[in-house]
Amino acid sequence: MALTATKRTPLYPNHLAAGAKMVDFHGWDMPLNYGSQIEEHHAVRRDVGMFDVSHMTIVDVTGRDAKPYLRHLLANDVAKLQTPGKALYSAMLNNDGGVIDDLIVYFFNEDSYRLVVNSATRDKDMAWLETQSGEFDVAITERTEFAMIAVQGPAAKEKVAVLMNAEQHAQVSELKPFVGIQLDDLFVATTGYTGEAGYEIIIPNDTVGAVWDKLIAAGVKPCGLGARDTLRLEAGMNLYGQDMDETVSPLAANMAWSVAFEPSDRDFVGRAALEAQKAAGTEKLVGLVMEEKGVLRGGLKVIVEGGEGVITSGTFSPTLGYSVAMARVPQPVGETAQVEMRKKLVTVKVVKPSFVRNGKAVS
Amino acid sequence: MSNVPNELKYASSHEWIRSEGDGVYTVGISEHAQELLGDMVFVELPEVGDNVAAGDDVAVAESVKAASDIYAPIAGEILSVNEELEDSPELVNSDPYGDGWLFKIKADDESELESLLDAESYAASIEEE
Repeated sequence: MALTATKRTPLYPNHLAAGAKMVDFHGWDMPLNYGSQIEEHHAVRRDVGMFDVSHMTIVDVTGRDAKPYLRHLLANDVAKLQTPGKALYSAMLNNDGGVIDDLIVYFFNEDSYRLVVNSATRDKDMAWLETQSGEFDVAITERTEFAMIAVQGPAAKEKVAVLMNAEQHAQVSELKPFVGIQLDDLFVATTGYTGEAGYEIIIPNDTVGAVWDKLIAAGVKPCGLGARDTLRLEAGMNLYGQDMDETVSPLAANMAWSVAFEPSDRDFVGRAALEAQKAAGTEKLVGLVMEEKGVLRGGLKVIVEGGEGVITSGTFSPTLGYSVAMARVPQPVGETAQVEMRKKLVTVKVVKPSFVRNGKAVS
Repeated sequence: MSNVPNELKYASSHEWIRSEGDGVYTVGISEHAQELLGDMVFVELPEVGDNVAAGDDVAVAESVKAASDIYAPIAGEILSVNEELEDSPELVNSDPYGDGWLFKIKADDESELESLLDAESYAASIEEE
């Protein structure tokens, strides 16, 4: 018998049935593509695709101090969340202001919240959640009994109808962005990682296979990690471990918008460090566009007015037909940058780090 | 298991070569190579008329995953290149031994073919990877 070192999601057999090319993704055996990653990318931009995101970690935070605990733990402020189901994107920082992880937090009530954190950072996230809980009266519960499917694309709204009754579908169709509702055993949220409309659906492990099969039968195209990466990069969404990590300030990772400095008396972890960084100035995450042949790739050196930086993520953009990248660079930046590619310096355009939204180029 | 046609010769760096007669050979990359690289986004081809030595990097296959050099399996003159790849680099994925060919080369010395791998040896070499 072979010893398996990698973990599998409950959808593993469904991936094999769909002809997936599987890869080891931070200890999880996950689909890279089901044939063509570019076709999968286009399916999400033009129609609808789905991703198995069951490897992500779901953690419920409950108890009398759930709210003050999260206001201490997170750089964004959960006090902004007032309606049940409403969600917020936040960084979780260390004391030096480095990003331990980025996550989504859902509000159920002041004693009950749900976090969805990355899979590659699961162990250190869980340890940090425990460490920081200190005097707070909270219970931190990982929900390993759930899997998750992201259904994304302009036709997502229509296709998820096969998973619910007409009344529930009407409810889902009315949802504003970044909010979740529980419908029988499905938790359906209007979140995603593609820049398209769609849903992330939390489903019990024992029924997720049937849900996947229903979506396949409805014409939803299975999509792998390859397309997930090009879609999120076009949308200008950060990937933890690439665009930021514990050595990088959220202010240098295009995440300043998610840091709530107000109210000024909320003393969240990393606040003092961020205030000092803000006063001193930080590097900046910018977008790069290269319209001629070639592909910008992570790790390449970038030169701007302020000095030398690095491409954190780069790819060929299937939607635009040329290469785009995110780069962390010193300020000031200017309108162009030089990238060192194959021993040559190539001039590229500097833009905001967001390239495609709802199927269209962001100009 | 990848398709490795019997009638072709292969370089260990994953190029295939097919005789078209009169010392002219067509070159492409193997099905195994395109599988490793993933979807092709650009293919940079040599100039027609270039004289190349065996082992020279003459082309670049840029995929969603990486840019990979393609080497001339034999020495000779580049006679033509597959211009379809300019607009349709995905032909390298969909038909690596047919419409996804890269260039044609006129061999300087056809005995160089003898040092390349036959289908069986190439298939064995990719099994070991």
